[in-house]
Amino acid sequence: MIRIELLTPNGHLFSSDTYNKLFTMHGVVMIFFFLIPSIPAVLGNFFLPLMIGARDLAFPRINLLSWYLLVIGGLFAIFAMLAGGVDTGWTFYTPYSTTYSNTWVIATALGIFVAGFSSILTGLNFIVTIHRMRAPGMTWFRMPLFVWAHYATSLIQVLGTPVLAVTLVLIFCERVFHIGIFDPALGGDPVLFQHLFWFYSHPAVYIMILPAMGVISELISVYSRKPIFGYSFVAFSSVAIAVLGFLVWGHHLFVSTQSFFAGMVFSFLSYFVAIPSAIKVFNWTATLYKGSISFETPMLYAFGFIGLFTIGGLTGLFLACLGIDVHVTDTYFVVAHFHYIMVGGAIMGYLGGLHYWWPKMTGRMYPEGWAKLSALVIFLGFNLTFFPQFILGYLGMPRRYHTYPSEFQVLHVLSTAGASVLAVGYIIPVIYFIWSLRYGAVASSNPWGATGLEWRTPSPPPVQNFEKIPVVTHDAYDYSTTIGEVIEVG
Amino acid sequence: MGPLPLFPQEASSFAPDVDHLLYYLLAVAVFFTVGIFLTIFYFAIRYRRRSDKELPRFVHTGMTLEIVWSVIPFGLAMVMFTWGASIFFNEGRPPADAIPIYVVGKQWMWKLQHIEGQREIDELHIPVGRPVRLTMTSEDVIHSFYVPAFRTKEDVVPGRYSTTWFTPTKPGKYHLFCAEYCGTNHSRMIGWIYVMQPQDYQNWLNGGSASGSMADSGQKLFQSLACGNCHHPDGRGRCPSLVGLYGSDVLLSNGATVKADDSYIRESILQPDAQIVAGYQPIMPTFQGLVTEEGVVQLIEYVKSLGKPGPPVTATPQQVTAPHR
Repeated sequence: MIRIELLTPNGHLFSSDTYNKLFTMHGVVMIFFFLIPSIPAVLGNFFLPLMIGARDLAFPRINLLSWYLLVIGGLFAIFAMLAGGVDTGWTFYTPYSTTYSNTWVIATALGIFVAGFSSILTGLNFIVTIHRMRAPGMTWFRMPLFVWAHYATSLIQVLGTPVLAVTLVLIFCERVFHIGIFDPALGGDPVLFQHLFWFYSHPAVYIMILPAMGVISELISVYSRKPIFGYSFVAFSSVAIAVLGFLVWGHHLFVSTQSFFAGMVFSFLSYFVAIPSAIKVFNWTATLYKGSISFETPMLYAFGFIGLFTIGGLTGLFLACLGIDVHVTDTYFVVAHFHYIMVGGAIMGYLGGLHYWWPKMTGRMYPEGWAKLSALVIFLGFNLTFFPQFILGYLGMPRRYHTYPSEFQVLHVLSTAGASVLAVGYIIPVIYFIWSLRYGAVASSNPWGATGLEWRTPSPPPVQNFEKIPVVTHDAYDYSTTIGEVIEVG
Repeated sequence: MGPLPLFPQEASSFAPDVDHLLYYLLAVAVFFTVGIFLTIFYFAIRYRRRSDKELPRFVHTGMTLEIVWSVIPFGLAMVMFTWGASIFFNEGRPPADAIPIYVVGKQWMWKLQHIEGQREIDELHIPVGRPVRLTMTSEDVIHSFYVPAFRTKEDVVPGRYSTTWFTPTKPGKYHLFCAEYCGTNHSRMIGWIYVMQPQDYQNWLNGGSASGSMADSGQKLFQSLACGNCHHPDGRGRCPSLVGLYGSDVLLSNGATVKADDSYIRESILQPDAQIVAGYQPIMPTFQGLVTEEGVVQLIEYVKSLGKPGPPVTATPQQVTAPHR
């Protein structure tokens, strides 16, 4: 919808207010109600206990509470949408959000506030589960990297989300009780909001991408039948990203009247986050060396992830660079960058993981041919949608523009065309996943020859996960244990 | 549909600097992207699975390799950091002889004033080859002053002044965008920067219908708000004299010293109680709501016109009776 509107420079389909509400809802729903919970809630809840040999998470009731909270938060957001929408952008910048916007800011903020507690509880549950519920022999350094990634993610959820909650409460106080916090007309400081918001929201980027990185580590290993090269580097890089992620929020504020020295420090620290991400990409690539590589759909998603994440990550270096950021911040360059990370990274990881574990979750195989086709369509559609936006951004096209000067039109048209291709790519899996529930081939307990404990129990797993809690005797990714008769290669 | 532009115009002294840095970043990005893509393609074909019973041999993690591929990218990144920071440093330091322009953003227009008194909306005329310094504030929400052809952008924040500067290098007409989302007509808060030959600029300045310079307007405002009732030029009023104030160091009642710059004067008009000059009573009422942001900058220009810094502003002896706080 947003892309179709941007086909023409003047915007004929709907009004500016509607456009502003649409991109706000797109941001709010995608970030708070899809990207942040997607992998941890769907794949993490299901597989984290299985992978460490536990019967369930440490607190099943809290887990259920966390689900209810997400639903309640979602209902608030849906209510806000139906009641008239909200037009502040997902970033809720003050004083626009607290004083000037006449839309449903409070309902939306309340929804995010409630959903935030869902996120905190999930993080807490994962941390306790990983510490206390590992099967005999499952030492920290025998854990699959998916679990390490979720551990790092949980740390951010528990430590960062409360700050967002407090910030939203402050918005509430100013909007409803006119207590001067952010609006200078009330004696507040509008930039303070940006500091508080990004203190959570930058780490939140890692809440979205780290679980996807965990998925990719699993996929690369299984489909090349190799242990992950530099296992401990990949494991610790997740924790490093989680910790360093808390120190870089100021790189969103280079042109927000922040002092020169603050800009310098945040730019400098931002480059430190790049290194653990680079380490992961290099180690994944090195894992393929002398492997036995097969090309099932999840592996195609893993390759897609590495490609798109590499581009997304490298363009992040552009944005961390002060001189360049002044020009490209708040333009389509930023839009393209974070879609490469969020959609190219997080969603590719989610889809890869969903295909990989689909047989385990449902007991049915998905149709391989269709799945490969849709992976290809998504990859191509994605690049056609978002690559032109890098060029648009450097040309100076600001983001959140309902109308735009006509010289940007060709690139906008390309982007819209790509979005249609991408939409087709997303619809195909929805259809064949539903189809496979009934008509898919019945899956064996370990169709990929994988090593994780989740593959040592039937597909789908019984309610108590394992008939008998397994005892772990090998490192993660030791394929000599899963392939019976072997031909050594390499 | 129009043409397909791929690269923006370079129309300020910053633009080539920023673009050169971009080429370096692009080179690094292309090198790593292509390198990783080709390596993956090569491995994927070379080591494809030929039999379902294959088991690859274990490859030990190479510590040297891990260090090499951590340190080299870090080195390249530090070059980016230093180079980018040096450009940013220049962007933060307007030269003293820059032409001052005052900018007020509001939903959804740009209001600009030249000290000569010319006022513009959504348009700015400036001469080529001379540095221009913008002093900016907002009447409502946060906006952002963005001229892609100049590679400059700075947020325009209510309640404070932000500054940016540039030296236009090519005559022409360039886009001015609002880059920080500001509500319904955010995408229509756009305008044009006209970069003119110096002679054309002079003609333009002389040709308009300006009613006196900004300082003149400020003086009128000073009189109509009756500021002079307390701020006597000889320092004998109930409030400090403003002669020679601009740019001087002011001793405050709490013992601190503050530079009397634009922000200080703005705050003294709108929140007079925030910083009290040593030896004076906090008797000044706020002028919040009585004077617009455009009026405030005119008052500042008027104060500026009252002379360069003299000796530090302190109280005359008879006024030191009951120091506040």
